Amino acid sequence: MNDVLQAAVKEYVRTDLPQFRAGDRVAVDVKVVEGTRSRVQTFEGDVIALSGSGINRTFTVRKISGGIGVERIFPLHSPNIEAIRVVRLGRVRRAKLYYLRKLRGKAARIKERR
Amino acid sequence: MDSIIGTKVGMTRIFDERGRDLPVTVITAGPCIVCQVKTGETDGYRAVQLAFGERKESKTSRPLMGHFKKAGINPARVLREFRTDAEHQVGDVITVDIFQVGDRVKVVGTTKGKGFTGVMKRHGFHGGRASHGKKDQLRAGGSVGASSDPSRVFPGLKMAGHSGAARFTARNLKVVKILPDSNQILVLGAVPGPPNGTVYVTRQV
Repeated sequence: MNDVLQAAVKEYVRTDLPQFRAGDRVAVDVKVVEGTRSRVQTFEGDVIALSGSGINRTFTVRKISGGIGVERIFPLHSPNIEAIRVVRLGRVRRAKLYYLRKLRGKAARIKERR
Repeated sequence: MDSIIGTKVGMTRIFDERGRDLPVTVITAGPCIVCQVKTGETDGYRAVQLAFGERKESKTSRPLMGHFKKAGINPARVLREFRTDAEHQVGDVITVDIFQVGDRVKVVGTTKGKGFTGVMKRHGFHGGRASHGKKDQLRAGGSVGASSDPSRVFPGLKMAGHSGAARFTARNLKVVKILPDSNQILVLGAVPGPPNGTVYVTRQV
């Protein structure tokens, strides 16, 4: 991303979020607005991809909900993200864990990184 | 003055106060210096000529240099006239302060050149069928007309050819942010041309 472009949006870049990598399990607190009320909803799952750079960076979280795989892509710098908590560190050998989509149950586990 | 000259920096995203993700184009606009004021008495119409950017004196032709000397300003890369009834003096500086957040603007620029393109890209034709016995005509335009009557192709028929690198106006773009310190404005949506392309930004009424 070009420097001038990055400088123009630097006030939107968040520095209050923890570092995490693909394979880590995170809990994302998302602000949800329903009509006039807003509340916080938590989405917890494994980070299977990080992409983009600068303010365009996004991350994909995958979880199994009621036996069905669910993925959400979050813009990392979105103000709708109240907080991100790293629940567990994972040891993986790739940057993108798209192969997890074909696996289920025990095979879809990620080893813990210590 | 409702207009300013600038260069496109590129596209990125920002977030608004409701957390919505907005696609924006960053434009570095101005400062522009008024180089000439045209009036009804001298020129028959009213307009203001703005100068923007830098140009080496050695790269400036003598007639143009004389024009800049007359205005008492340094040679500029872009000179462009805007019709306006606003009162201005030669030497006045126009900056992004002429805009406010929420203004609607039109942005004029030269689109990226595409070279020689086929009819699908150039005119939005649908191309041919991939199945049902068709061969070697996936992106072809089809027939260009009838046979011995009229024995010619009608003028204006859409065919392949050069496209892009043409003047284009993006209208009704909203100014979402102004950065006076770096002479930049952020408008919602896309703007014609490549990064570093020259654009003209005008407030719409």
